[in-house]
Amino acid sequence: MIEVDGLSFRYGDEWIFRNVCFSVEAGQTTAILGPNGRGKTTLLKAIVGLIKAETGTVQLNGRIGYVAQRAEIAFAYDVIDIVVMGRAAQVGLFRTPGKTDYEHARQALAQLNLEQYADRPFDRLSGGERQLVMIARALASQCQILVLDEPASALDFGNQDLVLSTLRRVAEDEDLAVLFTTHFPQHAAHIADQALLLHDRDRQEWGPSSQMLAEDKLEELYGLPIQALEYKRDGQSGVTFAPLYS
Amino acid sequence: MENIATAQVEKTRFRPGLFSLLASILVISGLASLAIGRFDVPLTHVAGILASNILPMDPWWSSVEARVVDLIRLPRILLAGIAGAGLAVAGAALQGIFRNPLVGPQIIGVSSGAAFGGAFAILISESRLLLIGAAFGFGMLAIVIVYTISRQQGRASILMLVLSGIVTSAFFSALVSVTKFVADPDDKLPAIVFWLMGSFASASYDKVFLIAIPVVAGSTVIYMMRFQINVLSLGDEEAQALGLKVERTRWIALTAIALISSAVVAAAGVIGWVGLVIPHFARMLIGPDHRVIIPISALIGATYLIHVDNVARTAIAAEIPVGIITALVGAPVFGYLLRRSANKGWTTE
Repeated sequence: MIEVDGLSFRYGDEWIFRNVCFSVEAGQTTAILGPNGRGKTTLLKAIVGLIKAETGTVQLNGRIGYVAQRAEIAFAYDVIDIVVMGRAAQVGLFRTPGKTDYEHARQALAQLNLEQYADRPFDRLSGGERQLVMIARALASQCQILVLDEPASALDFGNQDLVLSTLRRVAEDEDLAVLFTTHFPQHAAHIADQALLLHDRDRQEWGPSSQMLAEDKLEELYGLPIQALEYKRDGQSGVTFAPLYS
Repeated sequence: MENIATAQVEKTRFRPGLFSLLASILVISGLASLAIGRFDVPLTHVAGILASNILPMDPWWSSVEARVVDLIRLPRILLAGIAGAGLAVAGAALQGIFRNPLVGPQIIGVSSGAAFGGAFAILISESRLLLIGAAFGFGMLAIVIVYTISRQQGRASILMLVLSGIVTSAFFSALVSVTKFVADPDDKLPAIVFWLMGSFASASYDKVFLIAIPVVAGSTVIYMMRFQINVLSLGDEEAQALGLKVERTRWIALTAIALISSAVVAAAGVIGWVGLVIPHFARMLIGPDHRVIIPISALIGATYLIHVDNVARTAIAAEIPVGIITALVGAPVFGYLLRRSANKGWTTE
């Protein structure tokens, strides 16, 4: 669904990344990890088409839904009015959303179990709920590809789980290709099939999460010792990561 | 069944009850204003005079009363209503486009451009038509200048737009000062100063039609773009990611706004604060959705300026410039609204 080949980007003379290659299949989720300033957001924007890459190609087989990092809006519209804006491309200039558009919007809210929030002002929602509304807005466009910039980074533990688990469920239900950035390897371990590590502007690693999310690779990525912790409790098992701060 | 329920819910979101109420208030205000003035015309006479324009009937009013109502007050009230509606629509749209409830039609430099055009026309000629034409032309020129300055690499950021607006505005304000400086202090200077303060005193049907065309055209375009303005208010990147052609959409809206503001300045001089306060008030009343705010602002704006003009023409023996009243009322009201609605209807960034 997403095929990125040899993508390079620079601001002026400074290369942000060079020759990035990876792909995401339908029903698969890929996480992008890298330290601050390594170009995670820039890479997403280049893929979505908000900025123009210097070289390389991005092939998208399907409509793309983008959820930006900052879930803030200037005017506190009601949730349904925000979600229906996901239909902007289909609505067209000089027109307003019609019945079909509202049906898609309500359906998207239902997919994320947000029906009861439809008529609430956006600014009354918690951070996690806001993030879900933004995802609903992307889904209302009937996208097949979902690209999210740090969907859970600014949230508390409970809301991180809410957003990530919802994301995983929707991706499976709708057979979406999902691409997201994160600062937390455990988020990638939780829902991503593949991970892309942005080590350096010229060096990226891409592969199955189980191989990429290893102590040595993460230590190289973040420049400090990281402990992988396997857990098994109440029928749940997985791996999480703890940085060993100096 | 569920679909029908959904459709009904969507419909009530647009508050038909409130629309009817505000529309009624506007019509009643307009009619009542026909009876208000230094020359006393009873309401029953007003009703008769208006009806006699459509139906044949024997007059129970004097011919002087008929002339006052038909030829002086009615065009003046129409002009005030059209100007108020236009300014409020322009303001509501601008606040959405600039994602900021603190902007008004002044911010994009159009008012200053139009003000210079009008002042210059007064300086060089006696022609009312030239005044209207020059004010309108320079208002539109201002938006072209803003467009040219603000675009970099084929696009303009909100910040560049605001700054370009300030620059353009400052430049035309300086030109207005030049015009005043060289104007004859006995004759032309008072005319320029008075015109700049805004007034509907010179209203005529010609003027009403001349102004109604651009204001109605611009407002119709804005109204048709009410949903796109919602999307624009999310910010450039989000709007673009949602599939909106941001640059094109924004410039179509800005051109429509310039059309409205230039026409209003051309007809009635500079009337500040209406485009700022009215949309803000509407937002407090019914929330931020521009699909509702824009038409509601038009109704409230028209009603408001009709009443402001009533005060302007009756409060004291002389005409008070409308711009003075809107500023005297607008600034404190806006201060109050700001305090009351902090983070309600809009959030700070």
